[in-house]
Amino acid sequence: MELAYLEISELAEKLRKKEISSVELTKYFLERVKKYGAENGLNAFLTVTEEEALTQAEEADRILSKDPNASFLTGIPYAAKDLFSTKGIRTTASSKILDQFVPVFNATVIEKLNSERSVLLGKTNLDEFAHGSSTETSAYGPSKNPWDTTRIPGGSSGGSAAAVAAGLVPFALATETGGSIRQPASLCGVSGWKPTYGRVSRYGVSAMTSSNDSPGTIARSVKDLAYTAEILAGHDPKDSTTSVKDIPNYAANLRSDLKGVKIGVPKEYFIPGMQPEVEARIHEAIQKLKELGAEIIEVSLPLTKYGSLVYAIVTPAEISSNLARFDGIRYGHRSEDAKELSDIYDKSRDEGFGDEAKRRIMTGTYALSAGYYDAYYLKAQKVRRLLVNEFNDVFEKVDALVCASVPNVAQKIGTAKDNPLFGYIADQLNIPASMAGLPALSVPCGFAKAEDDSSVLMPVGLQIIGPQWGEQNIFNIGHAYQTITDWHKKYPKGFGE
Amino acid sequence: MILTSEQVRKIAALARIKLTDDEVEKFRKELSVVLDYVSELEKVNTDGVEEISQVTGLENVLREDTARLSEFRDAIIASFPESKDGFLKIKSIL
Repeated sequence: MELAYLEISELAEKLRKKEISSVELTKYFLERVKKYGAENGLNAFLTVTEEEALTQAEEADRILSKDPNASFLTGIPYAAKDLFSTKGIRTTASSKILDQFVPVFNATVIEKLNSERSVLLGKTNLDEFAHGSSTETSAYGPSKNPWDTTRIPGGSSGGSAAAVAAGLVPFALATETGGSIRQPASLCGVSGWKPTYGRVSRYGVSAMTSSNDSPGTIARSVKDLAYTAEILAGHDPKDSTTSVKDIPNYAANLRSDLKGVKIGVPKEYFIPGMQPEVEARIHEAIQKLKELGAEIIEVSLPLTKYGSLVYAIVTPAEISSNLARFDGIRYGHRSEDAKELSDIYDKSRDEGFGDEAKRRIMTGTYALSAGYYDAYYLKAQKVRRLLVNEFNDVFEKVDALVCASVPNVAQKIGTAKDNPLFGYIADQLNIPASMAGLPALSVPCGFAKAEDDSSVLMPVGLQIIGPQWGEQNIFNIGHAYQTITDWHKKYPKGFGE
Repeated sequence: MILTSEQVRKIAALARIKLTDDEVEKFRKELSVVLDYVSELEKVNTDGVEEISQVTGLENVLREDTARLSEFRDAIIASFPESKDGFLKIKSIL
């Protein structure tokens, strides 16, 4: 029975044809999660929810037996980044400060998947509070890239990307603030969707940079992403930044050619230091888009290089506010050593937060402190407006932009750990779109040699960026590309293929 | 931009994080690297540009201000680090 690398649509069909039950599917993937996803394997999972999963699967089978029109996602197993609040299920954000935290409510997207009767198999590893681009800042150790387990899977949604890449789940929930879906999807050779800001509810997602945070999905194809988008998108009274705009039938609207579509190639995204082989893969992908009928237009976005700088101020600033709630008082870790009230704050935070969280909290505290606010935060938010305007102008001319997701393939675990700028540089091609609230995809577009070992081939991702609410544009381009290429069907060896 | 140890101690105090002397030195170097990195932003001319605070253009999203009972009261109290008689327990303040 070969199910590990099937797309959701293929699994959904098997469920409907009664070739397999959701319980069987769930047991099959749970076995894989336990065999390959645990600490001694890819370290992709922090918690496995076997008992809950089997109960959910039984319920899904009951629905499927009665209702031939059951939802597409009914009975389909998935994993959720451990940043999503799950009722009664430990939720750590990969931080010691939440090591034993069990939420009393579900994130809105978890509720949505529950009502579809999707089956949660467990919670995936991430950089602590999503602060990082390698999963190395996780309090539970780094996840590993299934294509070469000595390398990073990217981050912060590294556990989710590794789990999908190794066929441990058909899809996974993830979140983005500045590259945390696209970058790991690219490094692990899977497809990832970062929604327009406000398209998907943030309720119940541990806050990082509230003005950017966007929950999305990682899956095996753009078509699967489009299906999950229809379910996850929508207004939520519990998140006032969500939009009331209609949700298109993204999947049904997909087309397999790109006639009449204008695609911009921003020259500033081909940066110095980019791996030449990565650049070659991107040009090959652009050639394919041309074959599909798209008109390719070179465009210029001169402010691109400032995106990461804006991010490096706005993100720590918002983090310093958002993480103020972890004070050892109402929930989470409380220091055993605390003798008086102020001790509870200082010691609980010192013991609970890792170095990267502390670095960001302090950077943000400084950037927001009296006398520095104008020079840092206010300045960054002004440049951010210019970035938004620059994207708006270019989307007057083109339907989407394409470029590399990440300038280099995955590096060795350990090489990034002590570089305080690693994330800002690793994600520099993702961050500008994040700062402007734009939707984007990363789709697999081939392989390139590792920079430090020419015998190792690692995945490369094509990034597709759309205008705000332009999910359909990017899904169409990604899907059309996947109808004439098979990079998204490749999978790593060593996981029971 | 090079921070002094005093500045790092002040930031840590504002952020309610207790640092050892070694950590002060470590973060002094690392925060300086970050501040140096972002200083390039000064080069962007933002004269007359208003800062942005909501990228999709929403303003003042309002709802009725009505009291509701929380369905989670008991579960939240159960998750307090310490509690007594249904109240949150903390260390003495004085």
